[in-house]
Amino acid sequence: MADQTSSKTELATPTETPAPWVAPGYTFASITEKISSIVLARPTGPGWVVGFAISFMLVMVLMFAIGWLLVKGIGIWGVNVPVAWGFAIVNFVWWIGIGHAGTLISAILLLLHQEWRTSINRFAEAMTLFAVACAGLFPLLHLGRPWFFYWLFPYPNTLGVQPQFRSPLVWDVFAVLTYFTISLLFWFVGLIPDLATLRDRSQSRAGRVIYGMLAMGWRGSARHWHRYETAYLLLAGLATPLVVSVHSVVSLDFAVANLPGWHSTIFPPYFVAGAIYSGFAMVLTLAIPLRAAYGLEDFITMRHLQNMAKVMLATGLIVAYGYLIEIFIAWYSGNEFEIAMVENRFFGPYAPAFWSLILCNVLIPQALWSERVRSSTVLLFVISLVVNLGMWLERFVIVITSLQHDFVPSSWGRYLPTIWDWATFIGTLGLFVALMFLFIRFLPMISIFEMRTMLPEAEVRAQGGE
Amino acid sequence: MAEERKKCGEGFWRSLEESQSDRPRPDEESVSSDAFPHGPGDVSRRHFLRFMGASLALAGLGGCDRPPAETIVPYVRQPEEIVPGKPLFFATAISIAGLATGLLVETHMGRPTKIEGNPSHPASLGATDALAQASVLGLYDPDRSQVLTYLGRIRPWSQFVAAMQELRKELRQNKGKGLRILTGTIGSPSLGHQINQLLKEFPGARWHQWEPAGRHHTRAGARLAFGAYVETQYRLEKAEIVVALDGTLLSCAPGYLRYAREFARRRAPSPGAEGTSRFYAVECTPSSTGATADHRLALSTNETIAFVQALAVRLGIDLPRTPSLPPPQAHWLEALARDLEAHRGSSVVLASEHQPPLVHALAHAINRSLGNVNQTVAYTDPIEVNPTDEIASLKELAADIDAGAVDTLIILEGNPAYTAPADLGFRDRLAKIRLRIHLSLYNDETSALCHWHVPAAHYLESWSDGRAFDGTASIAQPVIAPLYGGKTAHELLATLSDRAERSAYDVVRAYWRERRGGSEAEFERFWRKSLHDGVIEGTAFAPKAVSLNLSAIAAAASPLPSSGSGTQSNVPRSADSQSVELVFRPDPSVLDGSFANNAWLQELPKPLSKLTWDNAALVSPATAERLGLGTRQGFTGGAVYTELVEIRFQGRAVRAPAWILPGQPDGTITVHLGYGRTRAGRVGTGTGFDGYALRTTAAIWSGSGAEVRKLGGRYALATTQTHHNIHGRDLVRTVPLAQDRETQANARPEKHNAASHPSLYPEFAYPGYAWGMAIDLARCIGCNACVIACQAENNIPTVGKDQVLRSREMHWLRIDSYFKGPPNNPETVYQPVPCMHCEMAPCEVVCPVTATAHSAEGLNDMVYNRCVGTRYCSNNCPYKVRRFNFFQFSDWNTPSLKSMRNPDVTVRSRGVMEKCTYCVQRINRAKIEAEKDGRRIRDGEILTACQQACPAEAIVFGDINDAESTVSKLKADARNYALLEELNTRPRTTYLAAVRNPNPAMDKA
Amino acid sequence: MAQIFHPSTNTISRLSIFGALFLVIGLLWILAAIDRSSYVTEAGVVREQPVPFSHQHHVGGLGIDCRYCHTSVEESSFAGIPATEICMNCHSQIWAASDMLKPVRDSFKTGEPLRWQRVHNLPDFVYFDHSIHVHKGVGCATCHGPVDRMPLMWQAESLQMEWCLGCHRNPAPALRPREFITSMDWRPPAGQEAALARRLAEEYEISSPEVLTSCSTCHR
Repeated sequence: MADQTSSKTELATPTETPAPWVAPGYTFASITEKISSIVLARPTGPGWVVGFAISFMLVMVLMFAIGWLLVKGIGIWGVNVPVAWGFAIVNFVWWIGIGHAGTLISAILLLLHQEWRTSINRFAEAMTLFAVACAGLFPLLHLGRPWFFYWLFPYPNTLGVQPQFRSPLVWDVFAVLTYFTISLLFWFVGLIPDLATLRDRSQSRAGRVIYGMLAMGWRGSARHWHRYETAYLLLAGLATPLVVSVHSVVSLDFAVANLPGWHSTIFPPYFVAGAIYSGFAMVLTLAIPLRAAYGLEDFITMRHLQNMAKVMLATGLIVAYGYLIEIFIAWYSGNEFEIAMVENRFFGPYAPAFWSLILCNVLIPQALWSERVRSSTVLLFVISLVVNLGMWLERFVIVITSLQHDFVPSSWGRYLPTIWDWATFIGTLGLFVALMFLFIRFLPMISIFEMRTMLPEAEVRAQGGE
Repeated sequence: MAEERKKCGEGFWRSLEESQSDRPRPDEESVSSDAFPHGPGDVSRRHFLRFMGASLALAGLGGCDRPPAETIVPYVRQPEEIVPGKPLFFATAISIAGLATGLLVETHMGRPTKIEGNPSHPASLGATDALAQASVLGLYDPDRSQVLTYLGRIRPWSQFVAAMQELRKELRQNKGKGLRILTGTIGSPSLGHQINQLLKEFPGARWHQWEPAGRHHTRAGARLAFGAYVETQYRLEKAEIVVALDGTLLSCAPGYLRYAREFARRRAPSPGAEGTSRFYAVECTPSSTGATADHRLALSTNETIAFVQALAVRLGIDLPRTPSLPPPQAHWLEALARDLEAHRGSSVVLASEHQPPLVHALAHAINRSLGNVNQTVAYTDPIEVNPTDEIASLKELAADIDAGAVDTLIILEGNPAYTAPADLGFRDRLAKIRLRIHLSLYNDETSALCHWHVPAAHYLESWSDGRAFDGTASIAQPVIAPLYGGKTAHELLATLSDRAERSAYDVVRAYWRERRGGSEAEFERFWRKSLHDGVIEGTAFAPKAVSLNLSAIAAAASPLPSSGSGTQSNVPRSADSQSVELVFRPDPSVLDGSFANNAWLQELPKPLSKLTWDNAALVSPATAERLGLGTRQGFTGGAVYTELVEIRFQGRAVRAPAWILPGQPDGTITVHLGYGRTRAGRVGTGTGFDGYALRTTAAIWSGSGAEVRKLGGRYALATTQTHHNIHGRDLVRTVPLAQDRETQANARPEKHNAASHPSLYPEFAYPGYAWGMAIDLARCIGCNACVIACQAENNIPTVGKDQVLRSREMHWLRIDSYFKGPPNNPETVYQPVPCMHCEMAPCEVVCPVTATAHSAEGLNDMVYNRCVGTRYCSNNCPYKVRRFNFFQFSDWNTPSLKSMRNPDVTVRSRGVMEKCTYCVQRINRAKIEAEKDGRRIRDGEILTACQQACPAEAIVFGDINDAESTVSKLKADARNYALLEELNTRPRTTYLAAVRNPNPAMDKA
Repeated sequence: MAQIFHPSTNTISRLSIFGALFLVIGLLWILAAIDRSSYVTEAGVVREQPVPFSHQHHVGGLGIDCRYCHTSVEESSFAGIPATEICMNCHSQIWAASDMLKPVRDSFKTGEPLRWQRVHNLPDFVYFDHSIHVHKGVGCATCHGPVDRMPLMWQAESLQMEWCLGCHRNPAPALRPREFITSMDWRPPAGQEAALARRLAEEYEISSPEVLTSCSTCHR
């Protein structure tokens, strides 16, 4: 336990003694009651209904946009030659980035014994899954002939040809699918004990049956717990490298290409940092309203928010460093194309996007240095939104400005997204939010049993067990 | 008409329709257009069903698609010359403005699919121009008139014949009084003969000619200089110094294909060949000619008159004094004059059609005084059957109509209602004629005003003949039966003769039979030979002696036209800033408008401006500044937002978008003719604005005192190149001749190979053939022939203006143009850019499905049927030569267009990438033939489509494993360089630096 | 509280986990099989023809050489379908009155061509050239099968890309001396198959597999 306390103190600001991860005055029963009741007892509030209705409408918009795309062809989007990749790839990278925090929190922080993760890992993982699902749509849709997507998989086909493994796009397929599968398993395994709780507390037979099936006969016996721990740890171990690999591979889509502004070795680390940055931003964006709406301030405490803010600040600085290095290398390399690329980002047709990205990702987040800002949920919420926007802009700038202005001036072009680009993007936002709504309505958004281990009694138990 | 349109292949421009991303396919529109307004986001039930269908398709179709059951339909009796699967080539000739160019037409199972030049024809030498290349699309155009109509109602041919025979009776009584025949410039001997016969029979009848883009000034100039119509020919291969007065030499002058070749041979310094010629251009509207010049002087027409007159005086021709030229011009003139004097007999001064007659006359005088006649210049009889002052001829017709002297007007081809000078008010005058008969390919502006409209046969469907610029006659034979029952001028005229049903074949054959005499057997031999060769031996005109009438020229020369003269080109004129010189030019793409419905030409980027689908009012940067005009690049990619101006000239006005063109002389505004058609067809109608509305008989090519006024409002022009500034990048190299000599002597180009630039990827070995291309920038004149040739050969679709606005044009081969130096008179360079076929191709490694792969012969293969459309390859192509089918651009519905396609090239579907293949179908054909003969492919056996069309021989393709091949030799030249070679892509396509041969004395200018 | 699930549920769930695994694998296998089945490839499917022309009779029975009817097979990409007059060369005398041949006679009289059902149909993006294959010693029977035993024509091979590549990746075994090109029963002399293949590949200058498997060899 000693190392844990020490790590806690590290995370907490050294001046005052750390506040507990759960507000005082809770028992096992009250925790269970409070969290499970959100799903089982609490009536579906009008807020939930309205919110879900809106997001569901956006999902319909997405469906329509996709249908039209399949009927008409990729040309309904703004893409052209030279800017052959547009919103689809921007959004893909953005969503994948967001999909990072979940697994990071659950896996890496678990291995690092960061107990404070317990109250946020559950919905962070859910967020990951939904974000990756949204991301996964785009590479598929942006194909000129989506119905041949399966040609990217190696399988014994009648053509006698196989995918080309030199192409980062093939790497993407494997990286993203693996990441999604592991994240899903991880999330589900983590859910099992709580599903059992819901099964046992559920009033309706339907509830009992469904939760029962999902709980896979969990009885909480010592053997169950033992196996659970092993499986969970194993998955955490598996997931950890994936957190790094998936976005590194995505970044290779760009780094492998020869375009000025893409062809850069710094991309993998810089993308991973960016991913965590945006991931935590999204977790905050979700956590702050959630704890307010469902009165979870006692479980998702200010300390949690503070810690996440600190992680954001740290990764934000790494990202800023990335920007700096890009510019420095362009100048240092003396490569006329690289220099022209940077000039174009500074003063070119898309300069506004670049400067607002600097504002959103570099300047505004510096406010997080201040204790006062970090302890204001409103400011944290605003900043997290700003960072989300900033990270989207970053991807936009990377994709568009590099393509639009490359080697041969005669083929320089521009890019203007069409209404269908926007519809698809906003549609995925709707899908993401809609799935979130369903999640908080039907599954415990905070891990009940893990929260219980956070109580002082739990530690006594643990010692007694030894 | 509407029904007719529907009937003839609804959905011809489906690609255009589709491109307006929210509109349904026309086939649908025809059904549901009334039911549903088509706005964005409007889903009819049908659309919804199609969503479902498409979604199902996504849900795992693709694997289980099976080719549709087909039937094979063999011949009943097989013609022995046809081998199914093998193309046949026929010799014929295309006549534009009375000038014939020999062609070879590739046909597959009787369907003409591709036009090539006829190597044995003097005006072609195997090359073609963009118009000829595109004419095959014109043949299959479903918008062509398909029915004979009287007052808009459909009539059978027989009824027309009957009516003509009635007319004939009448004419026989009144000796043909009141009969008028209006044609374009007629170069066809047999047709001319036929008309003359008619006139003989009906003495009262008259024959008028009007060719909107004809050679009015050339003829008038010759008349002025020699007192008679004389044809001028040039021998550019003998010319050390070439002075072009305005630029049609390399774009549309008679025989320009030949001139381009002779010229190019003297421009590219090749070891062993005679020295490089020096080229001066004095021109108004920037053109390909000026762009290739060593020294270009931008002068308005009036300034040119003064300049040429001063030059003549300077060269000792006895003319009245001229006002002194402004210093820069004077200096230029001095240097030029010295150079000319140093090259007596080996220089040539050519005046282009667009210069006033006086300039032509002066050019003749200068050539004579320099002793160039019979050296670099030769004079022959005119090639027209009946050369006339066509402007006067048309005026006369107008006058006669007013006098009520015209009862019947027969219009053979041509579209006078649209092309006649505005001051003749031809539309209104037509109405006064009792009987109006119009033969034309399209039911156009004139047809609408005529009683009888007779659909004309396309030249590929007709028997006829014609003469080339040097008088060489060719017989034009049909390669396909008339698709839409069109008739030829021969046949229409025959209906007025005693043998009404006489076929064009009979007329043409009878004419030559008569000309040749001799026995039938002999003639048969001659006839077959002439058809086979595409030229009639010994019909070229012999040079003849002419006497120059200097006094007449002197008389014409004084007094100088006052307006606009004495102004300077290089400093903005301070005088009345509103009044400018208005300049008319035939459009580089659609000529006089007769090609307006040809989508290939509409989408063909015009030289320099790279504009498509529109014409514009061209102004110089300085003039634009004075008028407060600017342009703004749109964010969609290919869109440039220009400002609208009103051009008012002699009481008539048009609104036009103003395009700022570097090199345009200040104080001039150039308007290209051929746009603003109202009845061109689904493609041409409504594109651009009508320049003819301003053109008058007094101002055929230019006129002073036009008023230009900036209007509010912007207009989006679609261009394929928005940046003409090369930003100091080493993409296009030009070397001064002197420097080139020494580089030739010592420096060898650094070879980019595995040794010098290692790669992480394994090297390829090329044991067999290794295909490569060399493009000589010293030869390229940016004439666009290669672009259309490529389009025709490779079934490349057009996409329509709004897709070009989104920069989604599909041309596999583009011609980049860059401006260097001062914007008022920049140096211009052209660079044709096909696929580079890199040996270390960046596109290959990133394709997830190996849809683009490296062939064993170094080709960068593009496999459409494997492509899933990630477009990663395009991103990773530093040259951006890849093109993507964002929609279903190729038309899969229109039957006539299916017959046009090259059967050896896949017609691409939506969502796949495509690009230049080095005409791999031609490579494979040659390989198979060579292997069957058990030999290697000979050098020059494979000609890529672009190479074959190129008049300047700028593109050379071949096996670089063979050290003796032409391409290998060129690649060994010191001028050879690879585009972006620092990227180590090792392109198989390399360039030879352009060569400039400046006059040292000119430096200070 | 009451049991929701019957004890057997445990077994069922365990089974279903493993079952699912095998189910997925099985499905994939079935898909692959269907893709190669004659349902998709239409190999071995006999086509009804306007005239029940029997290759068995004409080739096997009468021993007429392929090239008598498929005239352009040696010079063109397209082997050629006989014009009606080629049929009539014989059938103006033989079976001149048979009802079976009425369509042929009608076609000859009216000039209205016969419409045969296409048996070997490659996709439009594949450019197969008969002449070069014949020239390089690939026999008719190699791709078209024992035509002399086909009363009505059917497609002998799958014509799928992997089938084409089979030869293009290793052409030698498919070769035969040119003089036996149209022979239906030629077999390499027993024991010397390999030697003959090597000799012919040499003699006929068969291109390297790299060239033969370059995409643009068949796709343009």
